[in-house]
Amino acid sequence: MKLIFEKSASGRKCSILPKCDVETVELPKELRREVKPALPEMSETDISRHYTELNHRVHGVNCGFYPLGSCTMKYNPRIDEEMAALPGFTAIHPLAPKHTTEGCREVLDTIRKYLCEVTGMADMTFQPSAGAHGEFTGVLLIKQYHDSRGDTKRKKIIVPDSAHGTNPATAAMCGYDVVNIASAPNGCVDLEALKAVLGDDTAGLMLTNPNTVGIFDENILEITRLVHEAGGLCYYDGANLNAVMGVVRPGDMGFDCIHMNLHKTFATPHGGGGPGAGAVGCKDFLAKFLPHSAMMEGEGHIQVRGFAGNFLVVVKALTYIMTLGREGIPEAAKNAVLNANYLMRRIQGTFEPAFDRICMHEFVLDLSGFKKETGVTALDVAKSLIDYGMHPPTMYFPMIVHEALMLEPTETESKDTLDWAAEVYRKLYELGHTDPEYMHGAPHNAQIGRPDEVKAARNPIVRYTRA
Amino acid sequence: MNYPNELSYSKSHEWVKMDGDTAIIGISDFAQDALGDVVFVNLPAEGDDVTAAEAFGDVESVKAVSDLICPVTGKVAAINEELLDSPELLNSDPYGAWIIKVEGITDKEELLDAAAYEEFCAQEG
Repeated sequence: MKLIFEKSASGRKCSILPKCDVETVELPKELRREVKPALPEMSETDISRHYTELNHRVHGVNCGFYPLGSCTMKYNPRIDEEMAALPGFTAIHPLAPKHTTEGCREVLDTIRKYLCEVTGMADMTFQPSAGAHGEFTGVLLIKQYHDSRGDTKRKKIIVPDSAHGTNPATAAMCGYDVVNIASAPNGCVDLEALKAVLGDDTAGLMLTNPNTVGIFDENILEITRLVHEAGGLCYYDGANLNAVMGVVRPGDMGFDCIHMNLHKTFATPHGGGGPGAGAVGCKDFLAKFLPHSAMMEGEGHIQVRGFAGNFLVVVKALTYIMTLGREGIPEAAKNAVLNANYLMRRIQGTFEPAFDRICMHEFVLDLSGFKKETGVTALDVAKSLIDYGMHPPTMYFPMIVHEALMLEPTETESKDTLDWAAEVYRKLYELGHTDPEYMHGAPHNAQIGRPDEVKAARNPIVRYTRA
Repeated sequence: MNYPNELSYSKSHEWVKMDGDTAIIGISDFAQDALGDVVFVNLPAEGDDVTAAEAFGDVESVKAVSDLICPVTGKVAAINEELLDSPELLNSDPYGAWIIKVEGITDKEELLDAAAYEEFCAQEG
């Protein structure tokens, strides 16, 4: 399809902007641009059609099944959007007089109370914009804690080799050396490997639980005890919190600070539909280092982002939490786990799980045997799924599993959808044995066939230049 | 899959060829096949110290970024700058496209010969 710039016609316009109700001023000449900006000129009809056309080319949870492992692509209830659209939330300014924003402050106070209860933390900030930003904030808390005690020899953050790539990246951004430890054969933390790297230079450990292969680490209390014994702190990456929310609390597992991806676990929009929110919680002894928003505090506050962060996302998350309530939150987690186990067992017998045991909210298939038999790769299977109107799962992650496909169906899918998805996977398994060539060329019925990923990575064209 | 006899191999899939006192290091055919199309290579600088069993750079493929693990301890004598512009050479000619040369070698990982490495790869699947 054509880009919006290519649809532009000189002189065409629409009147969507209200009349300017303040005095206009001319900028000084030296501040004015010499060339007019290359903005598209279009009628409202053209704009509407353009975005509708784009909409037809994307796949969201509202279009179909989206079991993208590790991303928790659950359905976001419409009521979240309705609450966030209330004028009392949208028509405010963060610097407005305090007495006019009491409702907003109550939103932040209420969700802080609820999420501290869900996670076992004492205090929380809602400033970080997303998960990685939350990690950065959380690990800075750990750094600040050690620095405040004059304990400057702690230079290392321990990260398991199954971790999300953001974990080592966060530790490095905070100025730490990253120590990778190999996972045990069951995909969990290898206690001996952990003991071998712990010492008086350990600043902390970053961990998800359940971990990246969808398994709850049974040794979690021992792991956090060992890290604390060495003088380090434990950071909980909340990427997989959806499996355990309301059932078990990171604070009780021994974690000292945590981030939550509100856009995963608490059903706010995700990815391009964002923005996200990466709330960071901590135990009492770290609370004094937390950033707080200008709206909540006076002078001297610390900030990692302007004002209260992505506030309307927080409104959506609070709506979700209040809609589900104390009973609904753990029920959602349990259904997420049930759905993942059901789908894993329905697919098993064709594509095999990497770990043949009860999983949590997600599971990983190991296609290395299938690839050996048929020459069809995990990528080919993922691309073939697109022809069925299903979003592919996460591919080639975690790296401790070869030819990995990682599925997270979430709790908002029905048994019918899971049965259908399992049937599609079974069909593709057969197809791999009968017509591997067809799968190498998939997708065949999508808007775009197989883009040249190598060219896209080596020579990306990310900026439009007028012909 | 190709496993030249004259090379030694690490379990992290790098190959080593000794040229006098200098070690020439690259990644194996098995490694490039597992990685898929390589799109970027990050290399150390000449004169950098490298340590056996630790990362000396990384390769990015369409699938993931993977560390390059150094089989020896020493000093980087040369890097293959051609790879910066043409990382695809690691796919098309893994044993011709050396990555770094290391001199002043003081330590070495336990390395496998071609037959043992081929067997190791067969198990890795």
